[in-house]
This record gives sequence, C-alpha cells and structure tokens, in this order.
Amino acid sequence: MTDSAPLIEMIGITKSYTHIRALVGVDLTVRAGEVTCVLGDNGAGKSTLIKIISGLHRPDEGVMKIDGQEVQFDSPRDALDAGIATVYQDLAVVDLMETWRNFFLGSEIRKPVPVFKPMDIARMRSTTSEQLAKLGIHLTDVNQPLATLSGGQRQCVAIARAVYFGARVLILDEPTAALGVKQSGVVLKYIDNAREAGIGVVFITHNPHHAFLIGDHFMVLTLGRMSLDAKRTEITVDQLIREMAGGDELTTLAHELDRHSTRASGA
Amino acid sequence: MTVQAVESEAALSGQSKLRATSILKLILTRPELSALVAAVAIFIFFWIVAPPFRSSAAMATVLYQSATIGVMAVSVALLMIGGEFDLSSGVAVVTASMFTSILAVHVGLNLFIAMALALGISLSISFFNGWLVTKTGIPSFLITLSALFMLFGLNLGFNKVVTNTVATSDVSGQAGYSIIRGFFAYRLHLGGRGGPQFSILILWWLILVAIATYILLRTRTGNWILASGGNAASARAVGVPTKWVKIGLFMFVGFSAWFYAMHQLSAYKTVQAGSGIGGEFLYIIAAVVGGCALTGGSGSAIGSAIGAFIYGMTVQGIVYAGWDPNWFRFFLGIMLLGAVLLNLKVKKMSARIQR
Repeated sequence: MTDSAPLIEMIGITKSYTHIRALVGVDLTVRAGEVTCVLGDNGAGKSTLIKIISGLHRPDEGVMKIDGQEVQFDSPRDALDAGIATVYQDLAVVDLMETWRNFFLGSEIRKPVPVFKPMDIARMRSTTSEQLAKLGIHLTDVNQPLATLSGGQRQCVAIARAVYFGARVLILDEPTAALGVKQSGVVLKYIDNAREAGIGVVFITHNPHHAFLIGDHFMVLTLGRMSLDAKRTEITVDQLIREMAGGDELTTLAHELDRHSTRASGA
Repeated sequence: MTVQAVESEAALSGQSKLRATSILKLILTRPELSALVAAVAIFIFFWIVAPPFRSSAAMATVLYQSATIGVMAVSVALLMIGGEFDLSSGVAVVTASMFTSILAVHVGLNLFIAMALALGISLSISFFNGWLVTKTGIPSFLITLSALFMLFGLNLGFNKVVTNTVATSDVSGQAGYSIIRGFFAYRLHLGGRGGPQFSILILWWLILVAIATYILLRTRTGNWILASGGNAASARAVGVPTKWVKIGLFMFVGFSAWFYAMHQLSAYKTVQAGSGIGGEFLYIIAAVVGGCALTGGSGSAIGSAIGAFIYGMTVQGIVYAGWDPNWFRFFLGIMLLGAVLLNLKVKKMSARIQR
C-alpha cells in the first residue's frame, strides 16, 4: 500500500495564532486505504491541523498537495470539493433538525422544478434510511430530530454522511472520545469498513489503545511539533502510550509521585 | 430487587422515554401546534364573552388586524429561525413610506419609480444590517437596536427637513395612486352597506405565509435557514453559506417592511413619521407565540400567522367584549411569557432525552 500515490501530502506545515505557535513544521501523508492516527494531548495542535486540512484555516508556511498537485483551500467547500470530509467532535450536525435534513445538509437533492427547485424529500428520506441501515442503525423514523439519537448513532450518521457524499479522505476528530466501550467499538468497526472501501482516514484521538487497534501509521504531536512519526510495523502499543503520555516526562512524574507517596506514608 | 422487577422497571422507563421522544418529535417538527391550541381556545373564549365577535364583519376586522402584524411577522419569524433579530423592523416600515412619499411628492418622480427606489432603499438598509451582523459577529440585537434609533431619527428628521411637518406628504394626488391602492389596499365589500369588508392585505398575508412555509419546509434554502439558526458553525462546516442565508433573511424583512409600508401609504395616503416604533416587538411576539425559539433553529411561518391571528383576535375581542383596551397589552405579555416557558420546557425535554 505504501507505494500508492498519497491522497494528501502536507510538508512543513506551520501555523501561529497571535501569541501561540500552534504547529511547527508538521508533515502528514494520507494514503488511500490507510488509517493515519494523529495523537496528542489537549493543546498539542490536533485541532489546528484538522482546521487546515478541512479548509477552515490557512497555514502560515508549508505545502499542501492533493494527488501530487499543490493546492490552497480558501473555504471548507474547497476541501469538500477535493473529496476531503471532516467529521468534527461536535459532529457538525444540527440537533433540532430531522435526521434526513442533517444527512443531506449542504448537499440537498433538488428537483428540476423552476423557481423554487424543491428538495426531493422522498428520495432524501429513503437514502438516509438505506445508508444508516448499512451501518446497522435502524431508525423507526428518519423524521426524528437528531437530538433523539444516541451518541454513537449520531457519530455514525455524521460518518455515513461523509462517506455517502464521496469522501476520499475522512478526517475524524476524536470520534470515540465521548462514547462508551461498546459504542466506540461500533465506530472503530466502521472506520475499518471505510478503510476497506479504499478511503484514506485521518483518525484524531488521544486514546492510544483505540489508535493502535485500527491505525496503519501513527503521528504524535507535542506542543505543535511532531514527536513521533512511525508505521505500525515500527512501533508497539507500549511505545505509543509512552510517547503519547509525554515519554520521559511521564517517567519523571512517576518518580515524583512515588516520592510524594513515600513521604506521605512516612509522616 | 428481583431480576424481573429490574427488567420491568427498565422496560417502563424505556417506554416513558419513547413517549417523551414522540411528544418532543411532534413539538419540534410542528412548533406551531401549541399556538394553534391557544388560538382555538381564545377564539372560543371571545365567541362566548363578546357577542359582536360572532359577526362576519368582526371576523373581517380581526383578520385585517392580524394581517397588519402578520405580513411582517412571517419574515421576522424566518429571521428568528435563522438565529437573528431585527429590532428596526417597526420603524423600517415608516422609512419606506417616507421615502416613497418624498420621492413622489417632493422630488416629483413617477409614483411607481418612487416605490421602486424606496424598495431599493429598504433592501439596502436591511442588507447593511445583515452584512454588519455577519461581518462583525456582534449580536443582531445590538446592531438592529442601533438601526432602530437611526431610522427613527431619520424618519422624523429627514421628513421634517423636506415637508416641515411630522407626517409624510399625501400621495393620493399622484398619477397611478388608484392602481397602487387597488393592489395594496383593495377592500372587498360583501353584503352591501354595513356588511363585512375584507382587505386585500389579508390575501397578501396568507400568500406570503404560504410561500414562506413552502420555502422553509420544502426547499434547500429552508434547510439552510433551519441549520444557520440551529447551529451556524456546523452548517458552515458542511458548506452552507450561513452569512448569505442570514443576509438574505434580513433582506426579506426589508422587503416585507416595504410591502407593508406600501399598504399603509395606499390605505391612509399619509403616515406619521414618528410611528412604527414598538411594531418590532409585536412581530417578535407573534413569531414567538407561534413557536419560534429565541435561540433560533426552530419555528414555523404558519406559527407566525397563528401568533398574528391571536394578536388580532385579542385586540379586537377586548373591544367587542366592552373592556378597557388598555388590558390588551397585559394579555399580550401573558401570552409571550407562556410561549417562552413552553419553549424552555421543550428544551429541557430535549436535553433529558439525549441523556
């Protein structure tokens, strides 16, 4: 798989906000049929990286290539047109709206009737039901407002939507963070399905266990810099946990805590 | 506790959750439902306590009163569903009347051209409101509050400079006035003298509501309006041009203000330059009573019509019942409070079901 041309190639991406350097010289490669995991603590720059890939922010420095061609995204629409779909932590869904309206939001099917060009609601409803059924979500009624669905179901609606609308690259922002063990499993299985279908997946998480279950390639961000960039064959889950937790810092912390507890028990 | 008891308890809570879900679904997908129930109750109430309320002439008056609020309330409702307010909507009506009158009477333009230019001015003002709100991110409450006072001052000040009075100049002497009057303020007399007179404004109001409802529920634009108000960041992330949706909604309010202004000008020939203030609240009340959430993302165009009808029934019903009309505002306040409390309940229910 490694010899296939990368869908996305980012080289030396740097982004600063007024006072903070959010990303410094970060490289990221996304290939078809691979899951690239981006790990990092809060504030490591994961969100900034997503915003750049999905066209919400422009990098200060660095090159972004799609299928080998250098590109610049001015809006999320540009990224979507390039086949890059992002499923945000907050899912980019509108809770008060019906499930089928959410599924087709921004890509509504319209009838060629002049003036109003009404939506083809019957088709939108049936497509939503079919696509969700493929993920094993059987809603009694796609008219249900999204607010009435469970967390895992909402996540899957968002992922199904991205895949249905021809995403070649799927960026998942902490899809398992708010879910229980069982529902996380459902989502991870669905990521695997997406990979099998030849989609390039960027899986952003701070859970190394979830990452190692599914990832082909791992990148760890620490304070905006890459502290690890490794293929699955080059790393073990323990290394990943260690790197993720701050490596040597964790060892130091462990010593300190140990010392504190000895002192406490001594007194 | 035995296993059976646990199971039956789980089934019971599942059942109540299901019931709560279906009630929530009904209220969320049909936000005007509670307003409809209230409207029927108020209708029956006045039917009983105020005998004159029962005549068809009274119904014509009630419908006209409703239309004077409803024409604006429908666009204000869509704007609120899109997540924004327009406090300048009341005085914007007078601004459109004033410019039409000045351009026709004092500048000497053809009445139709004066009306077209006034429409351009109305749309420009509302575009500017929308552009400023989306550009700066300042709450529309503050932007349009500023617009309210600017327009209020402009109406009085500019009209005074040109006409040296506090009323706009009479447009009834202008060529084409009878055509305008026929279009915006025709009255259908039924049953001869003393019979009911139905204003054409009622028809325009119902047509506007029908179009707005169709757009909101059946078109892509409607989907985008619901999403822009429900969660603008999410909508933008999936490619909805929320800024243009909101600017368009402000401009729809601008259009309605012009339309209602043309009715007033045709019906009354002249308009008080200092009037219009307070209208914005009536439109918002009609929208909220009709099921629009103050936070956006939920509501209906039909609801705004029901809200306006409740307003019309109440304001006339109190007169027909022979009560002091001053009580009317007290009643309006109660209606609004009731609607807001209901909104809160729906929100809490929605939060509970998510958990």
